[in-house]
Amino acid sequence: MNVSISINGERITREIEPRLLLVHFIRDTPGLTGTHWGCDTSNCGACVVLLDGAPVKSCTMLAAMAEGHEIRTVESLEVDGVLDPVQKGFHELHALQCGFCTPGMMMTARGLLDENPDPTEQEIRTAISGGICRCTGYKNIVAAIRWAAEHPNGVKEEVHA
Amino acid sequence: MQTPAAFDYERATSVDGVIASLQKTGAGARVIAGGHSLLPMMKLRLANPTHLIDINDLGELSFIREQDGEIRIGALTRHVDLLKSELLARTFPIFRDAETVIADPVVRNRGTIGGSLCQADAAEDLSAVCSAVKADVVIRGAAGERRVSMEEFHVGPYTTAVGDAELLTEVRIPVRPGAGSAHEKVERRAGDWAIAAASAAVWIEDGRIAEAGVALSAVGLTTIHLSRAEELLRGQAPSPELFAQAGEIASSDCSPTADGRGPVDYKRHLAGVLTTRALTRASERARSQGVGA
Repeated sequence: MNVSISINGERITREIEPRLLLVHFIRDTPGLTGTHWGCDTSNCGACVVLLDGAPVKSCTMLAAMAEGHEIRTVESLEVDGVLDPVQKGFHELHALQCGFCTPGMMMTARGLLDENPDPTEQEIRTAISGGICRCTGYKNIVAAIRWAAEHPNGVKEEVHA
Repeated sequence: MQTPAAFDYERATSVDGVIASLQKTGAGARVIAGGHSLLPMMKLRLANPTHLIDINDLGELSFIREQDGEIRIGALTRHVDLLKSELLARTFPIFRDAETVIADPVVRNRGTIGGSLCQADAAEDLSAVCSAVKADVVIRGAAGERRVSMEEFHVGPYTTAVGDAELLTEVRIPVRPGAGSAHEKVERRAGDWAIAAASAAVWIEDGRIAEAGVALSAVGLTTIHLSRAEELLRGQAPSPELFAQAGEIASSDCSPTADGRGPVDYKRHLAGVLTTRALTRASERARSQGVGA
């Protein structure tokens, strides 16, 4: 079947098998490998993307189900050299070690802050409870999201291609 | 890499269209909503539908409203909307209790009440919640709609009264005076299935329990309807002793199996304690915020 999905504002059209999962569509066709493919069972949260602004696990959604919807991936966070406050927060507060959970954590954080710009620590912990950081770096992740809430206007950074 | 077996995909544009398509395709067809139970089962090849009907565009199945003395919830209503609903929090706070502990917020953005009920997993929370509040479900087929109680709806493990060419469209909960409800769950970690969970609702009139609903999750092959406990409670004045007795019935009338979440005696004990707690909290709520009194 032919599907057409808007990913980071760009329309991607491709012939697929209906059983193709959204996470693989995102990684394969536009080559956006920032969205990580982890547990495959909707437990780990590495594959979280925004679907019409709300965080969803892209391993547990068919690509066909995303047609007609707006998908945002981690690659959309940095715009023209300006890091998203969430990215900057993760950098400032050392909120990643191995980095595998990071894209999902950051997109979950972006979704949270879009809905609730000033979350409490408990609200942040609840929001990211669908993500697993196997390095167990939750404390810094929570602090980074809080930092992003306190610095909502982005910070100009040198971004290397 | 986990990949479902091949299937045809169809996006539904109307409820009538879904039913026509189900009739045409037969038993190989499945309806997909949030997909958070069905897709994992398809990846494991525990479910192998040949035809998937995606109902996510059917906005007419997504609502929570009060109408004709009932709370009506559309089958496509997502967990996040049940959690945030002020109408439900006011009338049946048991839903908010359950929704704060069902999976995680990201999963709750997709999963639906209709999908949860139709999956009919014994460990699933909303099945017990709907049983406790004496909900009925509306099932639509080619011949029209029928309305069945949760007791009739639960046919067996992962099996409901919804036929091959039928669609669950709505959950309806009668609003009666003096209602209070609560859900209590113990899980190993955030977002996990319950080790045991208890749902309770009471309707208190003139200081006595006019009607009661109690159901358990995760301690049997299906959602457990505790009819013996309900009989005990009817007509009695709420008291710690009464609720302790109901807890004892819960411990004895459940049928848990030993697994990684714990041994049988622990789960029986837990079912009893949670039943007593849920009834106690439901009764406190009935006093402070009884519905429509």
